[in-house]
Amino acid sequence: MSADREHPIVERILPISVGEWTRSVTRWDAFAVLLILGILIFLGEASRSLLAPLSELQATPLSLAPAHLPEYAARTTLRMLVALAFSLLFTFSYATLAAKSKRAELVLVPLLDILQSVPILGFLSITIVFFMSLAPGRVLGAEFAAIFAIFTSQAWNMGFSFYQSLRTVPVELLEAASVFRLSPWMRFWRVEAPFGMPQLIWNMMMSMSGSWFFVVASEAISVGNTTVLLPGMGSYIAVAIAQKSLAAVAWAIGTMLVVILIYDLVLFRPLVAWADRFRFEHEAGIPPPRSWVLNVLRRSGIVALLARPGAMIWRQSFGWRSFRAAKAAPRSHERLRPRGDRLWTAFVLVVAAAALWQVSRFVMQELAPADIGEAFALGLATLLRIVILIAIASVVWVPVGVWVGTRPRATRLFQPVAQFLAAFPANLLFPLVVSAIVAYGLNPDIWLSPLMILGTQWYILFNVIAGAAAIPAELRDCCVNLQVRGWLWWRTTAFPAVFPYYVTGAITAAGGSWNASIVAEVASWGNQRLEAYGLGAYIAIATQKGDFHRIVLGIAVMSLFVVLINRALWRPLYQHAERKYRLG
Amino acid sequence: MDATTNVAPLLQVKSVRQAFPKPDGSQLLVLDDLNLDLAEGEIVGLLGRSGSGKSTLLRLIAGLARPSGGNITYLGRPVVAPAPGVAMVFQSFALFPWMTVLENVQLGLEALGLPEAEIRRRALSAIDLIGLDGYESAYPRELSGGMRQRVGFARALVVHPNILLMDEPFSALDVLTAETLRTDFLDLWSEGRLPIKGVILVTHNIEEAVLMCDRILVFSTSPGHIVDQIKVDLPQPRNRLDPSFRDLVERIYVVMTARPAASARASPALEKTRAIGMDAVLPRVSANLLSGFIEAVAGAPYNGRADLPVIASSLHMEVDDLFPVAESLQLLRLVDIEGGDIQLTDAGKQFAEAGIDDRKKLFQKLLLAHVPLATHIRRVLQDRSSHVAPRSRFLDELEDHMDEEAAEQTLRAVIGWGRFAEAFAYDDQSERFSLENPT
Repeated sequence: MSADREHPIVERILPISVGEWTRSVTRWDAFAVLLILGILIFLGEASRSLLAPLSELQATPLSLAPAHLPEYAARTTLRMLVALAFSLLFTFSYATLAAKSKRAELVLVPLLDILQSVPILGFLSITIVFFMSLAPGRVLGAEFAAIFAIFTSQAWNMGFSFYQSLRTVPVELLEAASVFRLSPWMRFWRVEAPFGMPQLIWNMMMSMSGSWFFVVASEAISVGNTTVLLPGMGSYIAVAIAQKSLAAVAWAIGTMLVVILIYDLVLFRPLVAWADRFRFEHEAGIPPPRSWVLNVLRRSGIVALLARPGAMIWRQSFGWRSFRAAKAAPRSHERLRPRGDRLWTAFVLVVAAAALWQVSRFVMQELAPADIGEAFALGLATLLRIVILIAIASVVWVPVGVWVGTRPRATRLFQPVAQFLAAFPANLLFPLVVSAIVAYGLNPDIWLSPLMILGTQWYILFNVIAGAAAIPAELRDCCVNLQVRGWLWWRTTAFPAVFPYYVTGAITAAGGSWNASIVAEVASWGNQRLEAYGLGAYIAIATQKGDFHRIVLGIAVMSLFVVLINRALWRPLYQHAERKYRLG
Repeated sequence: MDATTNVAPLLQVKSVRQAFPKPDGSQLLVLDDLNLDLAEGEIVGLLGRSGSGKSTLLRLIAGLARPSGGNITYLGRPVVAPAPGVAMVFQSFALFPWMTVLENVQLGLEALGLPEAEIRRRALSAIDLIGLDGYESAYPRELSGGMRQRVGFARALVVHPNILLMDEPFSALDVLTAETLRTDFLDLWSEGRLPIKGVILVTHNIEEAVLMCDRILVFSTSPGHIVDQIKVDLPQPRNRLDPSFRDLVERIYVVMTARPAASARASPALEKTRAIGMDAVLPRVSANLLSGFIEAVAGAPYNGRADLPVIASSLHMEVDDLFPVAESLQLLRLVDIEGGDIQLTDAGKQFAEAGIDDRKKLFQKLLLAHVPLATHIRRVLQDRSSHVAPRSRFLDELEDHMDEEAAEQTLRAVIGWGRFAEAFAYDDQSERFSLENPT
């Protein structure tokens, strides 16, 4: 057979499985060994003293000296990475079950949808008691509790994205997998997981920055009357706020900048570059992401040598008999089993109704209908804040985004900056704002609000940039040719073109703001406390008091708001935008 | 293939039918009473238009789904799941973009749990056979369409299947690449270098079927069934310009355009192409394309009468492009189709000579006279005092007769024609039909 000539093969690195691992040690090996040793030392250092008793921790109070910051940062990061590992485990099992079983899907997906939009922050106090009892009197128990809290802020959106990826694996790939008789195990690791990988990694990055909100709350743990401060960035900030030390806050912000740069460099950038090959469709003209860390690891012979036995066992597991039960294809008329499905639906509805009844009974034990009315009023106040904030952010960022997006040079410069801003934990900036509100005696109902959108507004910005950059060049040329300029251009071209992207960004920003309200509507500086009138403050205060009835009520009302707004506003708007304004 | 009589067939399909449950509880029949044998050394072609169920049949044979009735046996055993020894080549290649060429080819062997050395040896030899040497470490996206499909072939051949199933494997490729790949495949096949015993090829390309197959089963639509079986006795390699080759192509065109009444086992649904009612699915063909085709038939060298295969190849139209156009024109009485020829009617000639305004008037007259759905919409709009009707009204009526997708397509088609004819207007935002265009 003759070979096509128009596509000379590009020189590329062979994957580990075919690489020549017998060649002599190279400079890449030196780099790789340094990298791996560094990571090992970091892990050892950060996990030291896990088994120490709690009293020892309380004997050495947290120090605000900047010299301790590297250690605190390392510990906090490790907690987040461990939580991330659990989130991955959760994602692979929960999302896979939801995607594979129709009946599981009926329960798991709505549950995930709710978990995703509900702040679990309020339930922290319950889980802490449980985890502390797992390792009584030891630091480990408190660590578990903190890691679980961080996990709850990471897992849901990862699970949801992976579920959606699994649902959209192209049919022909699944058919090919069946025809070549891949076992379910092999199909998962060779077809489904790779297909979902790029999206999953993107969501891991989102989760990582999102979970910074929870770090502050999770590292300072109160059990009864004693408060445990786990060494970490969250505790450091809590102490800095209590001691009104602006200098310490500044040090913490500086450290965070460095930490984010480092984990971006050694973790996410390599992951993104690695996952690029799992991308199903490649847009032309966009250079693939690169990472020198990944290149070092790929070129190193030692890494290949170490990875080889693992890769071999991995591949052989695909052929193991126990994994290879051939399943009969369904008959077409077997796909609908209305009776069994109806029974299952009825069962689920009964259980849900029972749970609802339990919850309302629990809440109503202590609370009067007036409390529910109050919670709704507070919810409306928070809703009003979010609407106004999203409107302001839109007025500011849509024009900026369009301006940047229609200029390729500006886009190239600005896009990484916007991504960094989104990854930066906005609540580290809270103390700066709060101290200013205290100093100038401003109205907290108004001036605490901007904190809610501090971290989430960037989603609007970089979605709009992406939308503006996607306006076809011919369409822009056509506008120039017809002399469409000024307001007419914005009205007929720019706004419609970025609208679907804007909606996506606004949905994310609004969802994040609800969550942030719990942290943003109550703030303190030293012994001064600021409270805004809103549902977030209601939940936060109830949490501090350990008032479970109000926590449950507050969260239920907030979930109701979020779900109703999603269904009634965002979803239809999104569908309309997709239908009418999607270009190409 | 004279040895077929004493050897059990590789594959037997016996009175297979396939139906899908519709939301309203009734059944949608897509395949009806299909029979097919595949003997050793044979290439059998399944030829038909899209929607004739030929790909559905291929998937049943592959064990990807099971038929509602009848049975399929492979080497005497019923097929209930993907069987070992049956491999498939896909229209869209279905390569895994995250695996290199080598990894893609090795996939089926890894699933078999073979030792690593064996996997490597067989994969490399398949790559060598199919002409992919040097591309082992390339990723599919770095390859052209032709090379990608070669990977698809290597991946299928490497498991040494008894039967190779091909689902329109050349239709996503450009003309030249497709031809090279076909000849390469046929060369390897006739030299006996392929580790396969029989091939089933799904295609909608008549010439491709005649070029490659020993036997062609012609499918017809709604529900899919075999209307004719044609044996191709021409020796390989075959020459497209050979008169006997052309004769066969012509013969298949005649079979495929035959009025259903003439065919032996016309189904009730097919008879309605003549006396079309509200329950007919309309093809989505733009009025522009219809005009263009009429002009082509009216012009030289055809002067009003054309041989379908000839005009199809000169206009570079595949069966799936050509037949909807021809049928729409027939429906509107702008042409007659007889014995593989297409001829303009008087209305057709008039249409060809008219200017744009007269064309629209004529089109409106024919549309309202011969397309009951258009007549119906127009009448409803006239009867209502507001002269406005929602789209859902007609969609619901159509869905009494056909599935959702077909109803959607039919309504889209009639909207397109109605707009060209200025018979009625439609606003996609409000999803409403009206009598008046905005002024």
